[in-house]
Amino acid sequence: MNDFDWIALAEFSALGLLAGGLQAMIALGFVLIYKGTGVINFAMGEFMMLGAYFFYTANVMWGMPMVVALLLSLAAVAACAALIERTILRPLSGQPVISVLMATIGLASALAGGVDVVWGGGKNYEMPTLLSRTPLHIGEVMIPGQILWSFVLAALIILAFTLYFRYSKTGISMRAAASDPVTAYVLGIDVRATQRLTWMFAGVVGAVAGIIVASITSLSPAIGGTALGVLAVIILGGLDSIAGAIVAGLIVGLLESLTAGYLGGKVRDIVPYVTVLLILLIRPYGLFGTRQIERL
Amino acid sequence: MRIGDFRESYAHDESIWPTPVQRGWLCVLATALLLFPFGVNGYFVSLACMLGIHVIAATGLNIMTGYTGLISIGHAAFMGVGCYTAAYFAQRGMPFFLTLPLAGGMAALLGLLVGLPSLRIKGLYLAVATLATQFILVYVFREWDSVTGGVRGVNVPSASLFGFELMNDQRMYFLIVPVAALLLVAARNLFRTRVGRAFIAIRDKDISAEVLGINLLRYKLAAFAVGSFYAGVAGALLGYFYRAMTPEYFTLTLSIFYLAVIIVGGLGSLLGTILGAVFMTLVPELLRAGMSVATRWSPGVTEILNSVQQVVFGLLIIGFLVFEPHGLLEVWRRVRRFFHLWPFRA
Amino acid sequence: MSSDATHSEKPLLEVADLQLGFGGIRALAGVSLTARRGEITAVIGPNGAGKTSLFNTISGFYKPQHGCVTFEGTDVTRHSAHRRAALGLARTFQNVALFRGMTVLDNIKLGGHTRLHSNPLSAMWYFGSAQREEMALRRQIERDVIDFLEIDHIRHLPVAGLSYGLQKRVELARALAMRPKVLMLDEPVAGMNREETEDMARFILDVQEEWGITVLLIEHDMGLVMDISNHVVVLNFGQVIGQGTPAQVRTNPEVVRAYLGETAARKVAA
Repeated sequence: MNDFDWIALAEFSALGLLAGGLQAMIALGFVLIYKGTGVINFAMGEFMMLGAYFFYTANVMWGMPMVVALLLSLAAVAACAALIERTILRPLSGQPVISVLMATIGLASALAGGVDVVWGGGKNYEMPTLLSRTPLHIGEVMIPGQILWSFVLAALIILAFTLYFRYSKTGISMRAAASDPVTAYVLGIDVRATQRLTWMFAGVVGAVAGIIVASITSLSPAIGGTALGVLAVIILGGLDSIAGAIVAGLIVGLLESLTAGYLGGKVRDIVPYVTVLLILLIRPYGLFGTRQIERL
Repeated sequence: MRIGDFRESYAHDESIWPTPVQRGWLCVLATALLLFPFGVNGYFVSLACMLGIHVIAATGLNIMTGYTGLISIGHAAFMGVGCYTAAYFAQRGMPFFLTLPLAGGMAALLGLLVGLPSLRIKGLYLAVATLATQFILVYVFREWDSVTGGVRGVNVPSASLFGFELMNDQRMYFLIVPVAALLLVAARNLFRTRVGRAFIAIRDKDISAEVLGINLLRYKLAAFAVGSFYAGVAGALLGYFYRAMTPEYFTLTLSIFYLAVIIVGGLGSLLGTILGAVFMTLVPELLRAGMSVATRWSPGVTEILNSVQQVVFGLLIIGFLVFEPHGLLEVWRRVRRFFHLWPFRA
Repeated sequence: MSSDATHSEKPLLEVADLQLGFGGIRALAGVSLTARRGEITAVIGPNGAGKTSLFNTISGFYKPQHGCVTFEGTDVTRHSAHRRAALGLARTFQNVALFRGMTVLDNIKLGGHTRLHSNPLSAMWYFGSAQREEMALRRQIERDVIDFLEIDHIRHLPVAGLSYGLQKRVELARALAMRPKVLMLDEPVAGMNREETEDMARFILDVQEEWGITVLLIEHDMGLVMDISNHVVVLNFGQVIGQGTPAQVRTNPEVVRAYLGETAARKVAA
């Protein structure tokens, strides 16, 4: 009992939970689009990438001050998301699930390749440090500053969105359009606009996540790959539940950290995928997802 | 209805090539395929080999996704399973007519496993499950050194049949093309029987299918198994063709490539699969040719060939889904209709 | 269909005290009925009475909380839907449920699914057993079903382009290809004009007379129901509120109240 390394466990757990906060935020982007338009957006990681690369261009390559660069890059990603919704998702709106799914897969491929073409093949860029590096010490446990602040940021953003959807007029009309588009349309809600807005929000959320991740690690096309791991989070939490995304984000983050700590870094890569398979076998609708009942 | 096309027995009506014109074209095609490698240079022969492999793999995916409606984003991983299986046994001296079915069988077994949850989960969820499988299998390919040679990969001895070795592209051509033709006919036969019809029924309205007595789980598993079998055989042939394989080949990008093939070609159609495979085999070659021409103006552009390919694949998928959802098959049909009715308008 | 003499005494399809609920909604609150062998039994009732829920429970899509479904003496309440099909239970749907990616002929052939035996391997090989059974099925369908329902002129056409009336006929053909013992028809003439309804009525009667199939049907077209049914069961709010011959049911005050209200019911009772 005495030689069990509690400190290590505490550190891994803390790291995991905090990293999970960021995953929850990315999951939020997925859930927004799924709740709002019924689409699983395989190109979420590419939104992250775009955000990071736009920021890099504005801040480092064009030398703009950080806040301006941030706003510009978020606006740019939002514009891209709106464009994508208009040109790709809208024409496919009546089509079966498989078509829209493959369209987002194709989109992911095109964006990933496009980023590489525009910003140069596969090189890793150095991003400026956005979050304070100073670690936090709780007793003997050390928590790196960047992870801590990314958690705080993620938590704030998730909170902001939750409040927005709960209390603001646009938020409520978005929820209405999501749950019953026809009735919402009849009541005068511009369903098309809310769907576009949903995509823009998701794009912005992804972009922020991408910028944070890039500043912690480095800027490379690999950032896009992180989002596929977040699929585990949204499946565990339930595709249409924001609360589920939060809880699941923390759980998956914890699992990843513990696996990396005790089983080594390489195993960590497939933890999300093994988790997905297990959840799909045991409880496909996730912790908080609504069970689909087919009307016969 | 064509003039003079009389069917005088049900067997005649059910055959794959009922009219003499069709049979004529078939003979022409067979002769052309036979003589092809002798008339062109080696580059085109190896291209034809790749095309054959793509056709086999894409047919498997179309059976699963196009005909049965089970979305799979992990097809490349099953090819990998087939490839490594064939390599393992070929290294121990097994002739190819045994390793090929074994490779297919191994992949089919895995397909059954992956397909098990498909009763409870549909559409989106199944796609995610296959995606997870793709990543997990690649991880296994990279880590299981003893069998797969890990990241360094595996060397595949040339396909051999009791001493007769297929050590160059020309000889491989005469293995790949007949196997592809055989598997295509087998697929066509599948849809002449209750098994294939059940697959389509599951895609179109699975409730109706159940009420007609189709055991959904059994047939979904069968679709997975058959589709994965094809992938396994394609992977094995790939191994024999390249003679060396690394896990980096069987990644998500390849799975997306095959999805592009069947979308571009036409979901739920064997002719569509062939058209899509031809189109998508030519696209990377044209890109490569285009890039080498472009190096004259901006050197180093060939480094981003991979990324340009990704962009083009993605745009092709989106473009066809939005503008031509039935794929090249529909284009082909329009062209045929035009020529049938000419000089009258369609 | 059955050779055993004692068999014909046992009712073919029976449901006993079926109770079915979804969350707070009671779809069926204790329904019992018998589909008599060789007869046409109609199930009628206002919208929301539970008719389709009843059919879906008999088909096997819903498992009732209480009660049982018996088919030829076997309790099939817990059987999956596809097992019931193999026993001889066929059914059509309210909204035509044809397979849009196939031709008429292929749709009908799917009716014969349970009577064929090919597996993926024998199917891919085709020559031999698979081909033989496919040819036999084709012959049987052409002779028994396609000629019977007069659809030979459209058999190679894709179903997607057919008129509504023809689609419903193809769906009937598909059910008949199963050679069922019991045929459940969910609103077979919904949305049809006078001529199409008469054609369908003729086919249903022929099915009963020539094939000896027991028919259970849901319908709102009272003319059809009164004309062709041997027995009528009336549902409302998930319960049977009356049953008997068409003439009996027509003058049953409970039934009239359910459809036309209190005043009309009093008139009938008088």
